Amino acid sequence: MGTAELIWNGVAAFLVLCIYSFLYKDNPFYKFAEHLVVGVSAGYFAMILYYNAFLPKLIHPLLAGQWWYIIPGILGLLMWARFSRKYQWLSRPTLGFVIGSGAGVAIPLYLQNYVIRQVHATMLPVGFTSWPLITNLLIIIMVFCSLTYFYFSKQHKGAFGAAATFGIWTLMIGFGAGFGMTVMGRVALLAERVVFLRDYFAELLSALF
Amino acid sequence: MSFYERMMNLDRRWVYLVIGVVVVVTAIWSFAVPMYVTPEARSVYDFVDGLVPGEVLMIGVDYAPEVMAELHPMTYAITRQCFAKDAKLLLCCLHQNGPGMVEQVIAQVAEEYDKVNGIDYVYLGYKPYPAITILAMGQNFRIPFPEDYYGTPLDSLPMMRNMTNFDNVKAIINISGGSGTEYWINYANGRYNAKLAIGVTGVMTADYYPFLQSGQIFGLIGGMKGAAEYEYLAEKAGYISREKDQLWASKSMPIQTTTHIVIILFIVIGNVGYFMSKRKK
Amino acid sequence: MRRTLPIAVVAGVGFFMLIQYFIPREEFETLYEWALDWTMVIGAFAMALGLYSLTNMMLNKVKRKSEGWGFSLVALVGLFLMIFVGLVPHYQESLRYGTLFMDIFEYIYIPIQAAMFSLLAFYIASAAYRAFRARTVLATILLVSAIIIMLRLVPLGPLSAVNQWLVNFILTVPNMAAKRAFWLGVGLGATATALKIMLGIERGYMGRD
Repeated sequence: MGTAELIWNGVAAFLVLCIYSFLYKDNPFYKFAEHLVVGVSAGYFAMILYYNAFLPKLIHPLLAGQWWYIIPGILGLLMWARFSRKYQWLSRPTLGFVIGSGAGVAIPLYLQNYVIRQVHATMLPVGFTSWPLITNLLIIIMVFCSLTYFYFSKQHKGAFGAAATFGIWTLMIGFGAGFGMTVMGRVALLAERVVFLRDYFAELLSALF
Repeated sequence: MSFYERMMNLDRRWVYLVIGVVVVVTAIWSFAVPMYVTPEARSVYDFVDGLVPGEVLMIGVDYAPEVMAELHPMTYAITRQCFAKDAKLLLCCLHQNGPGMVEQVIAQVAEEYDKVNGIDYVYLGYKPYPAITILAMGQNFRIPFPEDYYGTPLDSLPMMRNMTNFDNVKAIINISGGSGTEYWINYANGRYNAKLAIGVTGVMTADYYPFLQSGQIFGLIGGMKGAAEYEYLAEKAGYISREKDQLWASKSMPIQTTTHIVIILFIVIGNVGYFMSKRKK
Repeated sequence: MRRTLPIAVVAGVGFFMLIQYFIPREEFETLYEWALDWTMVIGAFAMALGLYSLTNMMLNKVKRKSEGWGFSLVALVGLFLMIFVGLVPHYQESLRYGTLFMDIFEYIYIPIQAAMFSLLAFYIASAAYRAFRARTVLATILLVSAIIIMLRLVPLGPLSAVNQWLVNFILTVPNMAAKRAFWLGVGLGATATALKIMLGIERGYMGRD
């Protein structure tokens, strides 16, 4: 690690330790790091938005003579009317355009990908002669019972209630799996930071001694 | 207050201290962890390994620094494997704080393999509204991205000459820490039938098994363990090297092991304390 | 007019985006691409709204010298530093790896953000100790499922193969079934919400007059 990299990583290590100081209690070092990251991330995003969105999608086309881009430009500026109580209504048509396009494309695709294809994938060959056929049967039963649990228009009694109960057991296994994975996910974030600190202090000690 | 009640009312900072000590001690005195590779991670690896020189793989990187511990290792490993295979890379980022993450990976790895921007890889950059951006890319990459991340017009890049939309990429690997994955599944695979695999955080992994089973995605790299599995396969094939410190996720796996043991013990102790204090009442 | 025009825009754009999915004609494709293009230009302005809000809030705190205004000043310094460093020395080349802009991103933003989220590992450990109780049958099922998933990261010798098999079974059968039920619900719910928006039944996006 060169000197500049050592210094920059030193700054990074200091800021990481500022954040970890919060585990004892809230303190000015933590607040400093927290506010610094808010400002830096906002400034970073402002630049990304300017270079990657405004320049190529609006400014460069207008400068190249594609005058029709002034229309979405004006619509976009009208969005800023949201900050005025008196003229807030001017932003609604633009918002309507964005929301309308999002809603319109969503309908056929959500139905196709989250409903039809998922139902199609549940139509599996079943049987008792091999393990894959047995697991297919289990999948069909579990999907059906999980859906039964969410049907609240009928009382969960008798056979329907038994299916709903099996359904909630299936859901609990799923949530447990999710929790187990979540623990790994959270620990991963901590492990990486501690490995970073370990590697940095090892480099620092070898540079100093 | 009985012993069990005191145990139940323990200041949480003692728990933090135990976790902190376990993590630091494991970081200093590390050990090898046996690796079991899941079929879903192997599917992604085998696909990338099957790329021939010149084929284009698209990587949609949709994460920010907060989840980089789990996802950055995947991005590095896949990028190194692609360049080792002389495949071409098309990258984009649809998360507002993620463009720098991609730049970090591509700048470092491209230098390692002497790959040239515009010829061996193109980094499209960032655009807002991921759903709309993906739909637009499915029509033509030039609609959302008339220029690349650095401001170069796409038409002037040699690699983009014969590239119009998703039909021209072999597959898309979406590495995401949020809702970006849903958009890629729904729009890129759903509307344009793009071949899609995903790399997601641990929190999200369990949610995407239905799409793996239905064939909407052909592979799933789940969290840091998934990244470590991928690194294990890539290291075996020589695409990445422990000596060059290229195994990010694998370095942290011993900490995962010891911390998980401690957390399981916490759950057991907590439940023992709960049942014993209930019994005393 | 202030409420009917936006509803008409949502309905018009929404229904066009819906039906173009089913009509493979060039004219529809062209209009579809225009709609996507315009939405992205408008999106850039919409993203900038958030930045303006944040900057305004921090400036007000500093102007009024409210409690903790010094930290808001730190955030503003971070914001304007990033904008200055992103614009002035290299313009768009600032986005390249190795520039001061990217160094601040790499050594200040990344470490703080990663460290803040790594605190979750401590919180999940604390939650596991204090709250994760096998109080009911359902909680026990969730707990057992979670522990089996968590044990996959622990070398168990001869039991590892059994555990891996169990993990694979849990993830690909009950967890998959439970999540399928969840995604079916998401698909149907999203479709219903999108239809409600397009038909003008759902108008929350317009705000109040």
